Amino acid sequence: MKITLTINNTKREVEISPSEFLLDVLRRLNYSSVKKGCDTGTCGVCTVLMDGKPVLSCSILAASADGHEITTIEGIEKDPEFKNISNALLEEGADQCGFCSPGLILNVYAMGKELKNPTEDEIKKYLVGNLCRCTGYVPQLRAIKKYFEVKA
Amino acid sequence: MKEVKSSIKKVDGIGLVSGKPVYTDDLAPKNALIVKVLRSPHAFARIKNIDTKEAESLDGVECILTYKDVPKNRFTRAGQGYPEPSPYDKYIFDEYVRYVGDEVAAVAAKDEYTAEKALKLIKVEYEVLEPVLDFEKSKGSKSIIHPEKDFQSEGFISSDPKNNIAATYEMSIGNIEEEIKKSEVVIKERFYTQAQAHVMMEPHSAYSYIDMQGRLVVVSSTQVPFHVRRILSRALDIPIKNIRVIKPRVGGGFGGKQGIHGEPYVALITLKTGKPAKIYYTRKEVFESTYTRHAMRFDITIGADKNGKINVIDVKGLSDTGAYGEHALTTFMVAGSKVLPMYNKVKAVRFGGDVVYTNHPSAGAYRGYGAIQANFAIESAMDILAHKLNIDPVKLRKINMIREKETSPIFKIMGEGREGVEMIVNSCKLDECIEKGVKKIDWENKFSSKKEGKKVKGVGMAIAMQGSGIAKIDMASATLKLNDDGSFNLLIGATDIGTGSDTILSQIAAEVLNVPTDDIIPYSSDTDITPFDTGAYASSTTYVSGNAVRIAAEKMKKEIIKAGAEYFEVSEEKVSFNGKEIIAGENKITLKKLAEILYYNENQKQLSVTGSYVGEESPPPFMAGFAEVEVDTETGKVDLINYVAVVDCGTPINPNLAKVQVEGGLAQGIGMAMYEEVIYDKNGRLLTNNLMNYKIPSRVDINKLDVELVESYEPSGPFGAKSVGEIGIDTPPAAIANAIFNAIGVRIKDLPITPEKVLKALKNKK
Repeated sequence: MKITLTINNTKREVEISPSEFLLDVLRRLNYSSVKKGCDTGTCGVCTVLMDGKPVLSCSILAASADGHEITTIEGIEKDPEFKNISNALLEEGADQCGFCSPGLILNVYAMGKELKNPTEDEIKKYLVGNLCRCTGYVPQLRAIKKYFEVKA
Repeated sequence: MKEVKSSIKKVDGIGLVSGKPVYTDDLAPKNALIVKVLRSPHAFARIKNIDTKEAESLDGVECILTYKDVPKNRFTRAGQGYPEPSPYDKYIFDEYVRYVGDEVAAVAAKDEYTAEKALKLIKVEYEVLEPVLDFEKSKGSKSIIHPEKDFQSEGFISSDPKNNIAATYEMSIGNIEEEIKKSEVVIKERFYTQAQAHVMMEPHSAYSYIDMQGRLVVVSSTQVPFHVRRILSRALDIPIKNIRVIKPRVGGGFGGKQGIHGEPYVALITLKTGKPAKIYYTRKEVFESTYTRHAMRFDITIGADKNGKINVIDVKGLSDTGAYGEHALTTFMVAGSKVLPMYNKVKAVRFGGDVVYTNHPSAGAYRGYGAIQANFAIESAMDILAHKLNIDPVKLRKINMIREKETSPIFKIMGEGREGVEMIVNSCKLDECIEKGVKKIDWENKFSSKKEGKKVKGVGMAIAMQGSGIAKIDMASATLKLNDDGSFNLLIGATDIGTGSDTILSQIAAEVLNVPTDDIIPYSSDTDITPFDTGAYASSTTYVSGNAVRIAAEKMKKEIIKAGAEYFEVSEEKVSFNGKEIIAGENKITLKKLAEILYYNENQKQLSVTGSYVGEESPPPFMAGFAEVEVDTETGKVDLINYVAVVDCGTPINPNLAKVQVEGGLAQGIGMAMYEEVIYDKNGRLLTNNLMNYKIPSRVDINKLDVELVESYEPSGPFGAKSVGEIGIDTPPAAIANAIFNAIGVRIKDLPITPEKVLKALKNKK
């Protein structure tokens, strides 16, 4: 079946199978920032924005994304906020293996639009679905707090 | 020092965070056949018959392989040195399946959908056998997991497959029984540690193709590309020279990728069809069909005098290696060799026991590698002893622990899989780690404060040591090549799995050459292009690979001076190199200009050098860990309020990256202590086979991690560095258990420490 997705501001007609998930379609279309980690909507590495809101692309049928706007890291690469967030992570050494980074960054990006001056607790809760096994979360939190200029 | 001891950003960081195609699956050819593996539904069975006809006739199915089609070479998947310290007990496909998830057949199809459909059409007749699901009942059980006649192991491994024993080990110093008899206080305790899953975010993945010379190329998310090449050569029966293994970026490993998993299956499909093939494990497969940590049981006896001087430690262990003996002997030996030397003032010490087969998924390498298991048991036992002696646990450690310039006879007796090496601990700031930690956690007040109320706080501590590579076994090399603009390519077999090793190895080269790290362009690792390195495991990269890089860079410096001397036509003694210019008296030339001349104009030649290093010893990093918990006595719930970790990893090359290594290790250790549990049903089926049922700590579970690095100088390390990869994981289980005891007076001796266990213990206490 054919669906229409606006991916990173580019409208695309995409041939999909009815059982395909958005994650697999995006990877098939070479959006390599969207990672596949758990198959059950638990780890957050497949996070993309749908109409500006973070969603888990491994748990969204591609068919149900028909007509929606999808944003991946490739789509915000030139956005100064992407640079600010990623720079904060890089400065703390919180990128480590990097596999969870694109999903995390998209969520921080969305949080920045949704919450004003989030507290440490709000940050943790907003990002609770983004698992990471390398950093122990603490350096990521240091970076994200720096990005939001939060005082603990 | 300009480039080392500097928290520069990771050299590959921008590529990673911006989602560039850098991991195995991102790079796989789009036309690759999709490989899926049919896995056993039984914990133990013999395959009577496989019928693949219907599956093969499915449109889009290219090839199906079963035990009838594969080479019959017993091998081990464990990516370790050679001769291999793990038994050869595995076929690519076997007539026997030994755990739920063991490989039965592989399907290659044009897409995932077709491959999955084909799996369902394969008909397998099993003769179901009685599985061994309790590791305490495995030894001598009626069910023999490896009855095969071609079971093999190297001479130095003591295996007894007829009794389900993958390895046995025994050592002792002094007269154990006599010292126990003489001791005024003796404690005897039994502890259990569970299997743990690695849960690296990137699942195991690999793809393969045939290159234009007809050679097999395997691209894999691996920690050990050179071991993968060697193991594939044995398993597939093709010469090493006909295999190339390339490692792109790796999305975490922690030991889980220190071996081969999907590689033989894609390789066989490619060899059979001539086409590229790829495999990407589902999370379920990662849980069910790759490695876990070895579950262990320890019986600890410690004898001391009434002043707290420990005379004797006796450790009897039992380890569950699962269906295959991967890392069986070595993890077990590490349980002794990386914990017992901390208490080097004992008169007698014994360590021994069996590593047994069960019909569980294979245990393998996992950060901490036996040391964390024994650390929980021994450091909990120390706390029990301190309580019995009525001595502060901190004081007990101080009386008995190893200090700088001291040694332990265990270093020489126990290596990994074989004898160790004598070693004096030339860098050890464990005493300082303890002092700092005591202050940071406010031990004096909190340890002895009154514990009452519904929610009770307590503190606990543990000390730990690990190693830096495997002495006289782990080898690394590095090649440096000068470019015509004065920059350098650094070719390393070392494997960055997210740790930042490409960055710190570049920093080491830059420091020696006195150039900016920017001028070093690292490439790791490709068995055709980069020089040999045993891989990223055993906390070896900074120390072993780092030394190889240091040696290569020193050689390069000499080559530059030599080329300068030839250019100025003076002797080498008159020439110096300051990183930018080559100077001979009044004359100077920039490195860039000299490189240009070397490659285009005069005395033309490539400057290229290779340095190799093998550790003559394995200097341990040390750590003191302090946990502060709050226990809800009504529900048994434990909150970890604060964790203080003070670590001596020598001189950190990149303090930020070293600190993050510790923080990451702590979170995994906390996971093992409090949350993570591998659970099977009564038939051996894994119930915790996804991230909903297997709980790793999330962001809200990790409160305060307070990490400080105490600097020491390890004379044998590059710029004074030791390792930091594993040490961070070791202390949380014991320190948290000890803190719970301090809070509510109950002792949990089996991991993980769940609210249920705490509540039950509280009820039993009353």
